Amino acid sequence: MLKSLHANKRAQLVIGLLVGIPFGFLLQKGGGTSYDVIIGQLLLTDFTVLKVMLSAVITGTLGVHLLRSLGVVQLHPKPGSVGASAIGSLIFGLGFGSLGYCPGTSAGAVGQGSLDALFGGVIGMLIGAGVFAHVYPRLRAGILPRGDFGDVTLPQLLKVHPWLVVIPVVGMLVGLLWWIESAGIGS
Amino acid sequence: MDWLTMSRWSPYVAGIGIGVLSWITFVLSDKPIGCSTAFTRTSGMLERLLRGRGVLDKEYYKQFVPEIEWEWMLVVGVVIGAFVSSRLSGDFGLRWVPETWAASFGSSPLLRWVVALAGGVLMGFGARWAGGCTSGHGISGTLQLAASSWVAAIGFFVGGIAMAMFIFRVVGG
Repeated sequence: MLKSLHANKRAQLVIGLLVGIPFGFLLQKGGGTSYDVIIGQLLLTDFTVLKVMLSAVITGTLGVHLLRSLGVVQLHPKPGSVGASAIGSLIFGLGFGSLGYCPGTSAGAVGQGSLDALFGGVIGMLIGAGVFAHVYPRLRAGILPRGDFGDVTLPQLLKVHPWLVVIPVVGMLVGLLWWIESAGIGS
Repeated sequence: MDWLTMSRWSPYVAGIGIGVLSWITFVLSDKPIGCSTAFTRTSGMLERLLRGRGVLDKEYYKQFVPEIEWEWMLVVGVVIGAFVSSRLSGDFGLRWVPETWAASFGSSPLLRWVVALAGGVLMGFGARWAGGCTSGHGISGTLQLAASSWVAAIGFFVGGIAMAMFIFRVVGG
């Protein structure tokens, strides 16, 4: 039944919208659509963004791996390489630090009326994505495949059962949040 | 229903809620949450309006066909959800210059716009270079324990911290 739902394009458009609305609502309520909050995180004076992200990752990691162990869902890890993942993410980061919103939170910031997110962020990202599409053939023949490691997951890389990575990673992230709270960092 | 009109929720409540949404998309859509390919597709759709169907022959647009699909609708939903949230709390307002920016660089919309636009271009370019953004890699990819996403998530923050420190501590300091 889920397979036919996945293949139903019209239903998927509706589901996308219905998931996006609470996603935007939660980002806004969590402070993630605020330039001041995001820049505070990047200046290491306000750890709200990290708290939102890590609690999402902890919840997601446990739930998605449980659903996978039960055979309900499949993972879709993205492929990566040093040339693509490491270099691309640094370029992204330089833009992220200048703009003060990421792609998803730009959309959320537009919803709350932030004009810098609309005319700077959204318009800029459309231009940046368009330029990338233009230069993609050259990048694909050059830097992108350098140091390719494919769509491997950490458990595959370590050749262990997924839960042997899930539990320590979740433990580490919970510990990090606990440390941030107990040391009163950024509050 | 006071909680609907609150300006802020605990970041942990918001984060856990987003984590639960990730379960839902894996089950109902067989997809992780992401945002940046929606911008690629939109860019392709706009370029097609200006330059015609030939745009669809670009190698990148064969991978990411410029069309309205699941993730595109998700991003539209994000705009709507944040609008509803900010209207309910009374925080909605058309603003050019955020407070933190104004405190260091003044309230000129032009300067803020130029820096934001340059940042947007670089971020849109970098998101496609890295194959994802703070949602697709930073949350959805790390929760799948994908190696590419852990590398990317660290890079996003290293680059972001470096640029924010440069802008506020070096230029604005």
